Amino acid sequence: MPNLPSRNIHWRRRLSNGLALGAFTLAALIVTVPLFLILATVVYRGLPALTWSFFTQIPKPMGEIGGGMANAIVGSMMLLAVASGIGIPLGIGTGVFLAEYGRNKWGNIVRFTADVLNGVPSIVIGMTAWALVVVTQRHFSLLAGSVALGIMMIPIISRTTEEVLLMVPQPIREAAWGLGIPHWRTTLSVVIPTASSGIVTSIMLAFARIAGETAPLMFTAFGNAFWNMKLNEPTAALPLQIYRYAIMPYEQAHQQAWTAALVLITIIMLTVIVFRWVAGRGMIKGAV
Amino acid sequence: MYTVPKPSAASGSRLNSETGPAISEPGESKELNIVPKSRLRTKESLFADVAFRSLVSLCAVALVGTVGLILFGLISQSHLSLSKFGFSFLIKTIWDPVEENFGALPFIYGTLVSSLVALIIAVPLSLGTALFLTEICPRRLRAVLSLLVELLAAIPSVIYGLWGIFVLAPFLRVYVEPFLAKTLGWTGLFTGPKYGFGMLAAGVILAIMILPIISSITREVIRAVPRQQREAALALGATRWEMLRMSVLRNARSGILGAVILGLGRAFGETMAVTMVIGNRPEIAKSLFAPGYTLASVIANEFTEAVGDTHLSALTEAALVLFAITLVVNALAGLLVWSITRGAPSRTLA
Repeated sequence: MPNLPSRNIHWRRRLSNGLALGAFTLAALIVTVPLFLILATVVYRGLPALTWSFFTQIPKPMGEIGGGMANAIVGSMMLLAVASGIGIPLGIGTGVFLAEYGRNKWGNIVRFTADVLNGVPSIVIGMTAWALVVVTQRHFSLLAGSVALGIMMIPIISRTTEEVLLMVPQPIREAAWGLGIPHWRTTLSVVIPTASSGIVTSIMLAFARIAGETAPLMFTAFGNAFWNMKLNEPTAALPLQIYRYAIMPYEQAHQQAWTAALVLITIIMLTVIVFRWVAGRGMIKGAV
Repeated sequence: MYTVPKPSAASGSRLNSETGPAISEPGESKELNIVPKSRLRTKESLFADVAFRSLVSLCAVALVGTVGLILFGLISQSHLSLSKFGFSFLIKTIWDPVEENFGALPFIYGTLVSSLVALIIAVPLSLGTALFLTEICPRRLRAVLSLLVELLAAIPSVIYGLWGIFVLAPFLRVYVEPFLAKTLGWTGLFTGPKYGFGMLAAGVILAIMILPIISSITREVIRAVPRQQREAALALGATRWEMLRMSVLRNARSGILGAVILGLGRAFGETMAVTMVIGNRPEIAKSLFAPGYTLASVIANEFTEAVGDTHLSALTEAALVLFAITLVVNALAGLLVWSITRGAPSRTLA
């Protein structure tokens, strides 16, 4: 935007212009303050207890020194892995449907539904997973938590996949068709590989979103003070553990909660920054 | 969503603007429907095409089915409460698991008021940020600043809650609440005992959490305003602020409203951070210092400990109310934003 060339502007207009632009700048500055405050607090209070045993031991009863969150870290990873098994295929499949076959009424319905699902509060999704899995199994389980998280991944992945697939230039498809390659083969071997970096980043975006989710796990994965490697047993998860420890009346629990927060936030921030970095140079530039 | 855009000035400017390669180039979406009708097509390849199409359609059906399942599950589980309390569930203020008498008004009130407080704080800040980022900010700084705002959206809710308990609530109790009570106490909104935990704390936390989504969608909307509009205003001798007011904000207002409503939808459904700082007491108090309760937090706190069927059913009905509110709010917002940008809501990180 060019700056104002003319000098003979009434002082009142000049003043209101300066005030408005100053206010916008100030707003932008204020918005960054909470980020730094939160990050600084998490690092400052989480770092002291960030020891090796935090990653290798399971929680000790309150009052005993030490203990870690190894089971919660592994639990979170397993939850994410199983959730990906549900969310990634369905998300990509839906994205392909929307991009390749969804230029019609049905596509619009699916698109609208995906947006609805994206807006459903995570706790309501947790309730659904509870009703679907926990009630039928009659106990809390890793599977139930993964179903909840997997459902949350679907709309994020599908809408981004659709966007990156649509960015694949039309001539590439036409070239494949011209060689007599059927549509499904074109999609699988030409379009999806071309857009693969975009699809991968959409998956990471979904990861970053669900890795910190607590509400949908409260009555599905439930939490566990010990190791669990089984699909149908309750399992510990990092965000759940943070919540449980934060509302306990023990200083030691709070300390562990801050350290867990530091670990969780580091994982998520790294994912987002890598996502931005890849997105900035890959297919989905402009999609973010 | 990507139907052929009208060859209007709006779509022209999107090609020029920094949104990058526009996804909806005129005509492109129509061509996508052209599936080669090869005469040499073998039976197998025809079968494979149909199979592939069925497979991806099945994924889409699964997505629609999931939403249907959520709705069905909520309605069937809350049946008991629906038939027992009927409409009075929405207007009663009693929440008594022992007597099995449930009314959700305090939670609805808490959800609305905490989100409203959040909007009052977040809207001016995020509008200012969006305008700064699109119109004033130097290019280099823009990338950094927008990354910072996005990182704010990436912080998990439970960490906001943790920070709220140990940093924000004590800060509010010691510094902000006494100040507000002294200066604005006469309004009745800032009176009573100062716990730190309460409606105000929930509002502040929610405001921080919805800032990124409002500002990033507002940016999309502002970018979609045709460049010619700005140039016309500047050519007439407008100052930069006058240009923003007359051509940008005026053209983008329905989209900005959509962004605000979308933020509101996010605030309604937010659970963990709010549960950790709102105080969790089912009361309706005028003062923002007083503890409150929201629909999402009551579910989070009581669902695993619900004893009777009626209690469980009432909690599910609370979830149904929450679902209905967010559905309406999100649909409205999506429509408003879409009318400006043709498909922007999905393009944001938050």
